[in-house]
Amino acid sequence: MSDSLKKKLKLKVSAINDGTVIDHIPSENLFKVISILGLEKVKSQITFGFNFESEKMGSKAIVKVSDVFFEDDEINKISLIARNAKLNIIRDYEVVEKRVVEVPDKVIGIVKCFNPKCITNNEEITTYFNVISKNPLDLKCKYCEKITHEHQMVIK
Amino acid sequence: MKKKDLISITDYSKEDYLHILDLAADFEKNPNQRLLEGKVVASLFFEPSTRTRLSFETAINRLGGRIIGFSDAGSSSVSKGETLHDTIRMVSNYVDLIVMRHHLEGSARYAAEVADVPVINAGDGANQHPTQTLLDMYSILKTQGTLDNINIFMIGDLKYGRTVHSLLMALSEFEKPIFNFIAPEELAMPEEYKLFLKEKGIRFFEHTEINENINHADIIYMTRVQKERFMDPIEYEKVKNVYILRNNMLNDTKPNMRILHPLPRINEIHPDVDKNEKAYYFTQAKNGVYARQAIIAHILNLK
Repeated sequence: MSDSLKKKLKLKVSAINDGTVIDHIPSENLFKVISILGLEKVKSQITFGFNFESEKMGSKAIVKVSDVFFEDDEINKISLIARNAKLNIIRDYEVVEKRVVEVPDKVIGIVKCFNPKCITNNEEITTYFNVISKNPLDLKCKYCEKITHEHQMVIK
Repeated sequence: MKKKDLISITDYSKEDYLHILDLAADFEKNPNQRLLEGKVVASLFFEPSTRTRLSFETAINRLGGRIIGFSDAGSSSVSKGETLHDTIRMVSNYVDLIVMRHHLEGSARYAAEVADVPVINAGDGANQHPTQTLLDMYSILKTQGTLDNINIFMIGDLKYGRTVHSLLMALSEFEKPIFNFIAPEELAMPEEYKLFLKEKGIRFFEHTEINENINHADIIYMTRVQKERFMDPIEYEKVKNVYILRNNMLNDTKPNMRILHPLPRINEIHPDVDKNEKAYYFTQAKNGVYARQAIIAHILNLK
């Protein structure tokens, strides 16, 4: 990213005192990320922006959440739709830690099983997948044992 | 103690298989053992399956157990819109064991999570039917004296046929099986199973017609091309008559060779095969009762 673009970004999205900045979210998945992390229920200040220019991604989204620090398990849930998301942990306006998201070994909820005859698509049941491949993503349903491939993935 | 269920054949280890097969032989020698005396078993057939239901209910009766249940969803509370969750929670209060068949895939795994008592999957859609696999293994063991070094020909619908998939997984636990797959392209063995065999270093061959290759077989496992598995009826019409086993094809097959079929058959085994001593499918069905007695005894720790 060029220096001038960085400056522009800084101007567009206000800094936070303490909290987490999630960067490099694909713009089209911003609202899914918000929903997966349950940010609509968070009481502290949240800033988000999307359709920012990104050299790597074309278009990206950023979320800044004040006073919230995520556990790995929690944040890794977004890896399914924001593979390259990066976290900056902010304390007293300084980045004190940078983290990347990782695809977890199990995916609970979040994704729909692609198999229309699976019990999880016919009754109120939380889906549960074992991740059998991380790149490309292959999720094996604990119930019907069918594999949902990355291109078939639908977020619940 | 954690309850034992039988949902998928891969839930069990080779030791479990061998224990069940030992028990099956014991029940064959002495079928009436009243180990389920005073116990109640639910037989929940949300989807009708006369053969499997009668086999299970015979096994339960021979063990001296009592049966409650239904033989199709129309005569159960499901027709009033009750969820599987609620049906299982309720029935689980009444019984010591649940045997269930359901048209939805994964329903048995889910029921096992909901129920406080053990669940035996008697078929969940196109997914799993593990008791069939155990009775197939028992039939192979009985006719061949071993489950090692078996050369097996699987013929017919290898794509949707859940019985061949489960049997493939189970036999792969034993010494050096050789698999031969004979199916039309539309119904070929799925890649994931071939990959599984490759990774385990197990030999397999694919053929598109029934020819003299079958003379190497220890077991010929025939399957029915099931109309209900096809989205497109034209696809079914195209392949339904492709592979038919006839008596004159068996002249040079090995003396120990036996023909298995999960039944019901439609036309894939010509009736002229029935008189051949190599035709084993009706005895195979009989073995199902012993295998199911063994599975019940294993799950409830009765033996």
